[in-house]
Amino acid sequence: MTDRWIDIGTIHDIPRLGARTVPTPLGDVAVFRTGTDRVFALFDRCPHKGGPLSQGIVHGESVACPLHNWVIDLETGAARAPDKGCARKLAVRVEEGRILLSLPLAVAA
Amino acid sequence: MAREDREKIREELVVVGNGMAGCRAVEEVLKRDPHRYHITIFGAEPRVNYNRIMLSPLLAGEKRFEDIIINDEAWYADNGITLIAGDAVVEIDRAARTVKSASGRVVEYDRLVLATGSDPFVLPVPGAKLPGVVTFRDMDDVDAMLRASETGRRAVVIGGGLLGLEAAHGLSLRGMEVTVIHLMPTLMERQLDEAAGFLLKTALEARGQTILTGAETEAILGETHVEGVRLTDGRVIPADIVVMAVGIRPNTVLAQAAGLEVGRGIKVDDHMLTSDPAVLAVGECVEHQDVCYGLVAPLWEMCAALADALTARPSEGYRGSVTSTKLKVAGLDVFSAGDFSGGADCEDIVLRDAARGVYKRVVIRDSRIIGAVLYGDTGDGAWYFQLLREGADISAVRDSLIFGQAFAEGGSFADPRQAVAALSDNAEICGCNGVCKGAITRAISEQGLTTLDAVRSVTKASASCGSCTPQVEMLLSLTLGDDYSGERVVSPMCKCTDFTHDDVRRLILEKALKAIPAVMQALHWKTPDGCSSCRPALNYYLLCAWPGEYADDQQSRFVNERLHANIQKDGTYSVVPRMWGGLTSAKELRAIADVVDKFNIPTVKVTGGQRIDLFGVKKEDLPAVWADLNAAGMVSGHAYGKALRTVKTCVGSEWCRFGTQDSTGLGVRIERMTWGSWMPHKFKIAVSGCPRNCAEATIKDFGIVCVDSGYELHIGGNGGIKVRATDLLCKVATEEEVMEYCAAFIQLYREEARYLERTAPWVERVGLDYIKQRIVEDAEGRAQLAARFRFSQQFHQDDPWASRVAGRDAHLHRPLSLAAE
Ligand SMILES: Cc1cc2nc3c(=O)[nH]c(=O)nc-3n(C[C@H](O)[C@H](O)[C@H](O)COP(=O)(O)OP(=O)(O)OC[C@H]3O[C@@H](n4cnc5c(N)ncnc54)[C@H](O)[C@@H]3O)c2cc1C
Ligand code: SF4
Ligand code: FES
Repeated sequence: MTDRWIDIGTIHDIPRLGARTVPTPLGDVAVFRTGTDRVFALFDRCPHKGGPLSQGIVHGESVACPLHNWVIDLETGAARAPDKGCARKLAVRVEEGRILLSLPLAVAA
Repeated sequence: MAREDREKIREELVVVGNGMAGCRAVEEVLKRDPHRYHITIFGAEPRVNYNRIMLSPLLAGEKRFEDIIINDEAWYADNGITLIAGDAVVEIDRAARTVKSASGRVVEYDRLVLATGSDPFVLPVPGAKLPGVVTFRDMDDVDAMLRASETGRRAVVIGGGLLGLEAAHGLSLRGMEVTVIHLMPTLMERQLDEAAGFLLKTALEARGQTILTGAETEAILGETHVEGVRLTDGRVIPADIVVMAVGIRPNTVLAQAAGLEVGRGIKVDDHMLTSDPAVLAVGECVEHQDVCYGLVAPLWEMCAALADALTARPSEGYRGSVTSTKLKVAGLDVFSAGDFSGGADCEDIVLRDAARGVYKRVVIRDSRIIGAVLYGDTGDGAWYFQLLREGADISAVRDSLIFGQAFAEGGSFADPRQAVAALSDNAEICGCNGVCKGAITRAISEQGLTTLDAVRSVTKASASCGSCTPQVEMLLSLTLGDDYSGERVVSPMCKCTDFTHDDVRRLILEKALKAIPAVMQALHWKTPDGCSSCRPALNYYLLCAWPGEYADDQQSRFVNERLHANIQKDGTYSVVPRMWGGLTSAKELRAIADVVDKFNIPTVKVTGGQRIDLFGVKKEDLPAVWADLNAAGMVSGHAYGKALRTVKTCVGSEWCRFGTQDSTGLGVRIERMTWGSWMPHKFKIAVSGCPRNCAEATIKDFGIVCVDSGYELHIGGNGGIKVRATDLLCKVATEEEVMEYCAAFIQLYREEARYLERTAPWVERVGLDYIKQRIVEDAEGRAQLAARFRFSQQFHQDDPWASRVAGRDAHLHRPLSLAAE
């Protein structure tokens, strides 16, 4: 099954060092923007107790979960040691300022 | 062979584009085989080939046109090149192998080279075609700008990239008032990270330019000529000329019409061949392996590959380029190369030298440099770039890499410890305080100093900007050997800095630092944008130090403060309206009940702080919930903040048979004075009407117990994990005094406690005597503290709910949507 790239808005829609969410049938996706304008997407659930990662403080290329401060790597979704766990990541890219999110076809349809 | 015969066997090479790539390609071909082709070059511009890069210095008045010509008429003549300038090619007939020009000239070719460059992008906003709107690409544009600068006064440059800033620089040197409008929050965001962009912006502002970042152009205004620019936020900036420098787009019109394969640019292979092998393309108009370039370095490499192909030399061809850029604005050194966006598998080495205005950041992956950003001192740019392109393993020089080539490659100095050891005794270590090495080592051995703090207080070395901290630590360890523990007594604020909380607070004031990037630069932060521990602290310290001046940084706030509600375990929020002194009314209760019904709020609870907490509100509903509560006259209770929370009261003399004073009324007064104030941690107040203390005032941060003769003031109580009863600060006689002592105490705490330190540990750390001395014994100091508190309150007593409801940042509550194609 191929994925589809879906336009979810412009990079300006997300504050720098912040995130916005995108609701999908599989659950909310958090789309983050770093200080250097890289964009990452993870399902908006912390591997610890499901905290909304989109509401955490973004620093470097990680986000600190707002509930218990686990630090999640935005690139991989993995929690920083000593914590263990992984938030599911989604492919995302920016093209001419537009953010394109890759969703499994079944979800996008 | 007769000359005519030789001419006959020459193949016809036609080049479309008399720019940097077109002419360079011809030069490369001539270098390899001067007799192979008869060459015709078409140029749309009515002039010989010049150095486009130098248009910036030309505009700035640093160069004249004669200085920037690359090939003059003699060159064309000497090489038998036919230059057809000022006559653009309008059509290619690939079947007939001819090109046709605007004036109708038809020229045959055996091989055709397209080097048509790029076109500047013009924003499709109303007014974009008005006279006075120019782009920045060729001599005609520069002429237009020069003419405008002679008659007009104000220039607006749209686009804060490389080109826009160079245009702005030129125009301001020509005496114009320049405003740069940039969509992104950081200037030159493709080349610079946030920190370097901030420094650049500050430097340009210091030179008198107005830089508006995060500003979007909505329309260009004017009837017959530009008069101004309107932004989407409604601001209008008057202008006599508008320069659009928002980007370029490969010029592929001809290629497309001729049916060549075109993506973003004209598609070429490694030998610069297009989809038609008789046609080659080079320069900014091409797309090679999905990449289009906008700088000259890659086109030099392309031209070499193209010339090899045209002269049938076996060659590897073009393999793509890594690029680097420098800003050509005199006195502002900015360099960037490669990928500096960082990442999980990357390490950043950051050097911030505030005294010299230098910022350097080298990004490393697997012991290789993958990117670099340099500001203020770009001397080593070429070296980093070379290491980057070679993919050199830098492990051997890693420790001193950031200090630059001279230091890192200086043999024995590759180890910074050895470098310090090798310094003579009179070498200066601390530039701020002029302390030399000998003074430091002598102080260490003669006075038995063992810690950095001790060295700082005795010698002043590293006590100011702190950039020499590592050297001072090395001297400690070199002098003491194993006796130096390397541990600082007070630990640094977080891993991003060597400074303690107290250092940071002091330096923010001393150095008048007024923004987070400014603090990070001045204090040599080791990470590009801090972490979730230092950013909220810095945001608070700046807010406290510069009330009314510092612009709060939302992204440095914990979610509760960012959304003005408490996040709960399931990711929903709870909302607490303020109830002044614990009082409420039927109207407020009714409004709360209506909100509960309307938004299906599952749980409503009375809190320990005498308020009503509404649990389970969805993030998207927050603004609507607040709007309804605001409509009934209620404001945010700040139950989420490192801020003043509640003022708990008992009923006091108004109803209670024991009450000695109006504790409720006083509580309301105090809450009216203190609400909205940000604190190092949460802060609670209570007022009890008599020593029976029904409001539990002796476990609050500030507690008031009313007695017959006046008011007992208590401080430093805490009902949290570790319960602590208050200390008695003093007794006062009037309500006015209560208000002043309370304001002074809060301000002292706000100014001196460390972020996330509640009053209880703070009072224990600094001692009750110290606080008595500041608040009770020093009447003038107390008055000043109270005055500073009231001054800052004038800016902070606005209801965050109301401003959110009014639309500021309202979009952040809404999800983005899937706008599938
Ligand atoms: C102000 C300014 C400053 C710059 N500073 C730097 C810098 O510091 N460093 C850096 O690396 N790069 C810089 N650049 C970019 C650099 O100039 C370009 O990368 C380079 O000029 C591209 O070369 P090119 O030959 O592909 O295009 P161009 O130099 O633009 O040449 C294309 C030529 O083709 C002509 N043409 C187009 N269509 C036709 C047609 N149909 N018929 C005939 N002729 C045609 C055009 O008139 C033009 O003269 C700067 C650019 C500008 C404008
Ligand atoms: S503290 Fe004293 S005045 Fe207040 S309610 Fe209790 S008994 Fe009454
Ligand atoms: S749910 Fe994210 S840290 Fe606990």
